[in-house]
Amino acid sequence: MSVIEPAVLAPEAARRSPGRRALRRFLRHRMAVVSAVVLLLIVLAAVFARQIAGHDPNTTDLFATRAGPSGDHWLGTDATGRDVLARLLFAGRVSLGVGVAAALLAVVVGTVVGSLSGLLGGWVDQTAMRLADVFMSFPSLVVMVVIAGVIGPSVTAMVIAIGLFQWPQCGRLVRGVTLAVREQEYVQAARAAGAGPLWLIRRHIVPAALPPVSVVATLAVAQAIGLEATMSFLGLGVQPPAASWGNMLTDAQSLTVISTMPWLWLPPGLAVAATVLAVNFIGDGLRDAVDPRHT
Amino acid sequence: MGAYIIRRLLINVLVFFLITVVIFWLVHKAPGDPIAMMVPPDQLNAGSAAFIAAKRHELGLDQPLVVQYWHWLTGALHGDFGYSLVNGRSVTSLLGERFGPTIELMGTGLLLSLVIAFPLGIVAALRRNTRVDYAATVVSLGSVSIPAFFIALIAIYVFTVKFPILPSSGISDPSAPSLVDSLQHLILPAVILGFANSGPYMRYVRSSMITELGADYVRTAEAKGATRRRVVVRHTLRNSLIPVLTYIAANLPQQLAGAVVIEQVFAWPGMGQLAVSSVGRHDYSVIIGFALIIAVLVLISSLLADVLYTLVDPRVRLN
Amino acid sequence: MTERSEGIEDAAPVVTPPDEGGLMTERSEGIEDAAPVVTPPDEGGLMTERSEGTSEPPLLSIENLVVDFATDDGVVHAVDGVSLAVRAGEIVAVVGESGSGKSVTAMSVLGLVRTPPGVIREGRILLRGEDLRAASGERLREIRGGEIAMIFQDPMTALNPVMTVGRQIAEALRLHDHDLGADDARSRVVTLLRKVGVPEAERRYGQYPHEFSGGMRQRAMIAMAIANDPDLLIADEPTTALDVTIQAQVLELLRTAQRDTGAATILITHDLGVVAELADRVIVMYAGRIVEEADVRSLFARPRHPYTAGLLSSVPRADLDGDLVSIPGSPPNMIDPPGGCAFHPRCPMARERCRTDRPEPYDLGDGRRSACHYADELDEGLALYAAGEEAG
Repeated sequence: MSVIEPAVLAPEAARRSPGRRALRRFLRHRMAVVSAVVLLLIVLAAVFARQIAGHDPNTTDLFATRAGPSGDHWLGTDATGRDVLARLLFAGRVSLGVGVAAALLAVVVGTVVGSLSGLLGGWVDQTAMRLADVFMSFPSLVVMVVIAGVIGPSVTAMVIAIGLFQWPQCGRLVRGVTLAVREQEYVQAARAAGAGPLWLIRRHIVPAALPPVSVVATLAVAQAIGLEATMSFLGLGVQPPAASWGNMLTDAQSLTVISTMPWLWLPPGLAVAATVLAVNFIGDGLRDAVDPRHT
Repeated sequence: MGAYIIRRLLINVLVFFLITVVIFWLVHKAPGDPIAMMVPPDQLNAGSAAFIAAKRHELGLDQPLVVQYWHWLTGALHGDFGYSLVNGRSVTSLLGERFGPTIELMGTGLLLSLVIAFPLGIVAALRRNTRVDYAATVVSLGSVSIPAFFIALIAIYVFTVKFPILPSSGISDPSAPSLVDSLQHLILPAVILGFANSGPYMRYVRSSMITELGADYVRTAEAKGATRRRVVVRHTLRNSLIPVLTYIAANLPQQLAGAVVIEQVFAWPGMGQLAVSSVGRHDYSVIIGFALIIAVLVLISSLLADVLYTLVDPRVRLN
Repeated sequence: MTERSEGIEDAAPVVTPPDEGGLMTERSEGIEDAAPVVTPPDEGGLMTERSEGTSEPPLLSIENLVVDFATDDGVVHAVDGVSLAVRAGEIVAVVGESGSGKSVTAMSVLGLVRTPPGVIREGRILLRGEDLRAASGERLREIRGGEIAMIFQDPMTALNPVMTVGRQIAEALRLHDHDLGADDARSRVVTLLRKVGVPEAERRYGQYPHEFSGGMRQRAMIAMAIANDPDLLIADEPTTALDVTIQAQVLELLRTAQRDTGAATILITHDLGVVAELADRVIVMYAGRIVEEADVRSLFARPRHPYTAGLLSSVPRADLDGDLVSIPGSPPNMIDPPGGCAFHPRCPMARERCRTDRPEPYDLGDGRRSACHYADELDEGLALYAAGEEAG
């Protein structure tokens, strides 16, 4: 029951900048703030992987295979004697890179398709939205398995596939914003005066869509990291010797490793879980900050 | 209602055909000669060049692509998915024997997802912005965020290694098959699949319930003297079920994604495990058969969602 | 969101102790923007202290109701010290813009203010002397739909879309009569539907709300409201969502229903036409407070608050010539309402005192109350705004 008319609140709402109000709401979301700190640490660790690890991730040591944690190898070594910590840190680069790249692709595609769909309307809109439905109804992981089956495992293909399967959320959102923006009077006036669609996209649609898109993009990053890890775990993503959190876990499928060598599977598993969880919490906090009605 | 269903049906079928075109393109994109996917390897290896040419003609591989597509599609729709490049068995029978286990796993997983999602989602909506709600949010975010295979490894560590009470591999013990044994094998994979998929459902139930709890008719019911419980059970639950049921139906294919991973970890003899191992063996005809199965599943779930939507909502049903 | 006005029976002689300041309208502690208001003794009109000329207590009385809403931008005092009384059988209209607190007041009576964000800070709500704020949940549910029934604004959204109309009305009956069987409930609902003028009641029983037209839905709502023969009907903008042609029919039905049941009615509306049509007495609200109260004839003849005068001058009148003039300015910001009289930024008569001194409703005699410092000067009535326009 909305008891207070929006019009009555408007003067007050205008007084505080939306950005500051959003920030305040975000900071109120304790898990999101904690997650932001955790994620920052993870990113820093990945960036300074070489300095922190003290080992090369690909140097094998056949005299120290599957060695437990020690002063030299903090997280022990794997089946070919490579330093697990070094691999963990370098794997972080892959995971974060894939996540951000795929999400960016999804946002770009979604923004372009969504704004064109909203601006042009008609059959373009119909087709685009139907296409969005189709992409959303397919289980992206399974499709990626098929793609990997036909063209072979490829990180690039994986990024493109994730991006293509993530764009609809962003596309629908931008379309909605576009429809709302173009109904506004000043926009109609400007269009009547000859302002083109590019002007509209740059000056009005992008700024209006940015806050909600940032939420969708964050959630897309989380999902992309999870998908990459799963694909790599299945052996269809990042290929050895390159390290990824997912493929580090592939070797842990034997009961012997699970029961006696936790340093081989716990750290990469925890790393994926912590990263994806942190990004998702940040997305949750952003959603609260941007659109408090949906909390 | 009839017109709506028919329109949706046409759209879905059209989309399905477009997808088969993409899959057909994959058939041709796949390395090697497509004839190898269509003729049992023993015939192919034994056959002379003339036999192969004749076969090629018979299969229409010397025809334009459009004709080839038609041949391939009609064959597939009749259940002819070609032959495995690795062991020469028909893809239909290979996938067929994997179908049951996958359905068993997906079905149980879905059921468990809903068993987790509904109570949590409803309670979270009723106790919005309380500790209960936050806890439910954490559970749902955890289910979305923590990779299923990692949860599976932890579960195996706990229930198979530390406390050996549950098996971690296979669908049953061939030496001592029994219902109890089958259930024991099912528990870990199904529970993990159920948990891994429950997050989105929970959030959906919660937000749908919140929307309905804010509806005007709730106030009307309260103004009539209805208790909170009655309002929820008699009024909001049914209304919030409409979008939730549609969502569940439309999301059936996503269950398959989880099953692929879980089958792999638990050596569950389902289609997902077959698909992953076929990728490793470059068994393209099996992969493409699998792709067709996904397309059919997507088609069915989309139609199911439409039908459910029209059945559950009187506003659609009666118009 | 409309607020309740105070219904003090206009018939009762009112004695206002001159030596008592108008304290009841003061805000409770913890509400920051309310400067303590001292009403000059000569204006002290404690409505709640009015003595009754008759021994009969009011059916419903609200005393100094304060309802706050927490919003993202601060606390809104949606209802801010409202007192009113409704006597058995009378129709009291509560008038005001959206956001003036009309509906919130009504919701408070039935304990239906959603908490959070809303919270009843203060005040008493008495149904025949029984304090509803102190009532148990069970007792409240007995009252809801039993002694007090509500009719909501939009019959489309106020009815459950996936339950047949008949069953929704039957639910109202069965919630208050647990022994009522399904068949008996059904036949009573059919009778009720006939009574409110729904044709083919038998068939209509099994239909869903979307199969009803807007007017028919509102008839069904009214049937639901009168199902248990209530003593008090609260109608929240009952005709606002309807077509103009249907409005008259529904108003007529409301009048009949009220006459048949003898229920007192609180009619929440922003439509002065509806007020003139139905009401015995009118309470005008602005920014969560009562600004004027009068019997309907006196109010239309001679408003004693500039806001009322403004409202009247913005509707076409059969009995008066003159241009339609709307009140300048916009509704107040409820988070940070203007100091003094909340209406002063829009008031053509505003003076220095209005900016600092918050007026309390005080007795003008004849059962009239006004919360304007200069109510006595309002002789020009409707000319107020026209004159203002010319001057501007």
